[in-house]
Amino acid sequence: MIRRLLLAACAVVGLSVSVQAQVATGNLRIGLREDPDIMDPTLARTFVGRIVFASMCDKLFDINERLEIVPQLATGYVWEDPRTMLITLREGVRFHDGDLMDAESVRYSLNRHMTMQGSFRRGEINTIEAVEVVDPLKVRIRLTAPSAPFLSQLTDRAGMIVSPRAAESAGRNFGNHPVCAGPFRFVERVAQDRIVVERFPEYWNAAAIHVNRITYLPIPDSTVRLANLQSGALEMVQTIDPDDVPTVRRNTRLRTSISDELGYQSITFNIGNGVRGQTPLGRDPRVRAAFELAIDRDALNQVVYQGMFTPASQPLPPANPFFIRDFRNEPRNVERARALLREAGVTTPLRVELTVTNSPDLRQVGEVIQAMVREAGFDLRLNTMEFASSLQAAQRGDFEMYLLGWSGRVDPDGNSWSFMNTTGPQNDGRYSNPEVDRMLDAARIEPDADKRRTLYGQIWQLAIRQDRSRVYLWHRKNIVAHTARLTGFVNVPDGVIRPQGIRLQ
Amino acid sequence: MWLFLLRRLGQVIPTLLILSVMVFALQQLMPGDPALILAGEERGDPVVLAQIRAELLLDRPLAEQYLSWIWRVLHGDFGFSWRIHMPVGDLILTKLPVTFQLALMSFVIGVLIGVPCGVLSAVWRDRPIDWVINGIALFGISMPNFWLGIMMILFFSVDLGWLPPSGYVPLWEDPWMSLQTTIMPAFVLGTGVASVLMRHTRAAMLGALSQDYVRTARAKGLGERLVVGKHALRNALIPVVTLGTIEFGRLMAGAVLTEQIFSIPGFGKLVVDAVFNRDYPVVQGVVLATALIFVMLSLVADMLYMAINPRLRTA
Repeated sequence: MIRRLLLAACAVVGLSVSVQAQVATGNLRIGLREDPDIMDPTLARTFVGRIVFASMCDKLFDINERLEIVPQLATGYVWEDPRTMLITLREGVRFHDGDLMDAESVRYSLNRHMTMQGSFRRGEINTIEAVEVVDPLKVRIRLTAPSAPFLSQLTDRAGMIVSPRAAESAGRNFGNHPVCAGPFRFVERVAQDRIVVERFPEYWNAAAIHVNRITYLPIPDSTVRLANLQSGALEMVQTIDPDDVPTVRRNTRLRTSISDELGYQSITFNIGNGVRGQTPLGRDPRVRAAFELAIDRDALNQVVYQGMFTPASQPLPPANPFFIRDFRNEPRNVERARALLREAGVTTPLRVELTVTNSPDLRQVGEVIQAMVREAGFDLRLNTMEFASSLQAAQRGDFEMYLLGWSGRVDPDGNSWSFMNTTGPQNDGRYSNPEVDRMLDAARIEPDADKRRTLYGQIWQLAIRQDRSRVYLWHRKNIVAHTARLTGFVNVPDGVIRPQGIRLQ
Repeated sequence: MWLFLLRRLGQVIPTLLILSVMVFALQQLMPGDPALILAGEERGDPVVLAQIRAELLLDRPLAEQYLSWIWRVLHGDFGFSWRIHMPVGDLILTKLPVTFQLALMSFVIGVLIGVPCGVLSAVWRDRPIDWVINGIALFGISMPNFWLGIMMILFFSVDLGWLPPSGYVPLWEDPWMSLQTTIMPAFVLGTGVASVLMRHTRAAMLGALSQDYVRTARAKGLGERLVVGKHALRNALIPVVTLGTIEFGRLMAGAVLTEQIFSIPGFGKLVVDAVFNRDYPVVQGVVLATALIFVMLSLVADMLYMAINPRLRTA
């Protein structure tokens, strides 16, 4: 009898061990490009922070690799009218402190995003007029105006639901110990060294989680980040340089995973921001067109990025459903560029200045452009600046051209409105065209996807091709590298590493 | 002796106060608006910017900003990091042991290599061994740390797989692992220190070896080992000690590039990240702490002089 009991016990232990081994094994170590900022969904602002949030804080909705919006903490939504959205919540979801997530916690979190001092989410969801609890699993959101991009905001930090009890008691220190409803719970953070999270057994989608622990390690130097992966000190790195892709591909123990990012790299022209906009370049679209036509995007991409990136002429990457296929890149045409400069009546060489942030690849980009536009009659000076200083200079209008990237949003509004609208907060060059403003506003509230796409096509034609408000250069790629032991990773274009599905052998 | 110590300690407070004003003023000269960088991609929203400025007192007069900061510092409160909302005092306390360990290891490596090499090359001046040592020292001084660091990582971690490429494990958590994570950066920093120490030891030894008392010692018939080791070296060491403490102070101030390459979470990384993110409370806190360390180290140097040279004790 005792023997049989022992046997049974052994079997149970053995079984549970083997099940455990199948369900979740190992410590996944991910190398990040920089140290994230505060880990509070309301106050956070860095991109790398979103990668860490993906393991701790689930959102109402998520996006998949095809950029479709899919349910996460919500199970669905309906527009009751163009300004009212009813969201149905998933049942039985628990926060890391054991509390149940319900409509009240959604209301609390959205209100926190909207009202907390220093919130970075307010701008994303400022169309919310009121959040109402209908029943424990239903929330009604009333907007001040119809908004096509609104739903997509709930797929990022603004859609993260925090535990009201934990948030209330921690106040502004919530970021030092975040409590959400994601697959992993916070364990510890050593600033500039590591952030550790462990598997949360009561996660609503626990079956999709196959690792026990994730350690995020900020390693700023890209060579060293890769060295860590090569030597087995990391299982995954957030990003590697395009130069390093061949090295990783040659290594049989490593894999790369590449997707188009959501954003772009562009040159902003100073058109109306202070005296430095009062140049031939700022005043005359023909001069800007000449500048653009002098640039060979493919060559630029080949020389600096080994041809890894995607040459661009519009703010949306080809993967975006609103990408306008008919809006093609113009090939380099030096003859036409020279003719345009003659037409504009400027004396060549025309002296212009490009502000570049101080990173080796962007400086190289500046130098290549410098050589290209010289042939068309531009004497391009590069003004290399440290990032924080360049932001301030751009804001003040202390620039003629500014080379800057945008990380990108799923919804086309996030890549256009605030850069092209006269009152757009990121319109550093103060470009202004009432017709463009009108269409941007119309696209914002247009519920029909096809009509919206047509509007964006017209906007690109006007703001980019005709007015030359900005030169789009390329879309970067998310180049994730990982060990061959890691499987099941899905590379979503937003560059956020989702732990769901990842296995370590 | 005690009077001397007290007097020196009395000088510390005004030094630090003057320095605190300077750090504060220098930061204002830095281009770049902290509110803009803190706002990140929300930087275009004037409401967000105004809120950040109000919260961080950036909209107040400079004098008020300074006084409110220094008042809290005098009460032991260094404020919060603007970027990660952690207390600056805690940040400094967690980085201090890391940097101290790395500095100590580098310094020991530097002294163990630098001083004996300096003595050897002075004693065998203009002989092949002198040339070899000088050559290596020149190499050590001129080689950029980040290059040596990356080469070591590629060789020892990627090719041979002997050492972890980067990161840091505290000494009390796993001493063996801790040594493994710090030996490469310590060697990179140590070679720089060794080269400097070697050059100075050599110069000081050459000076000492030509002194009358050395000739007297030799004339007395003392063995060469005693002449060099006891008479010459002891006198030659005084400038070396000064230099050594300065070098140690430099190591404690954080080895920016080396820490960045090896992802060591020490002072250097803390302050560099803080400068780039315009995280003023962290910059101010770290500079003050570093200054305090420097002042303390120069005090230690003075006391070492007295230990080495008894004549200074009466002063």
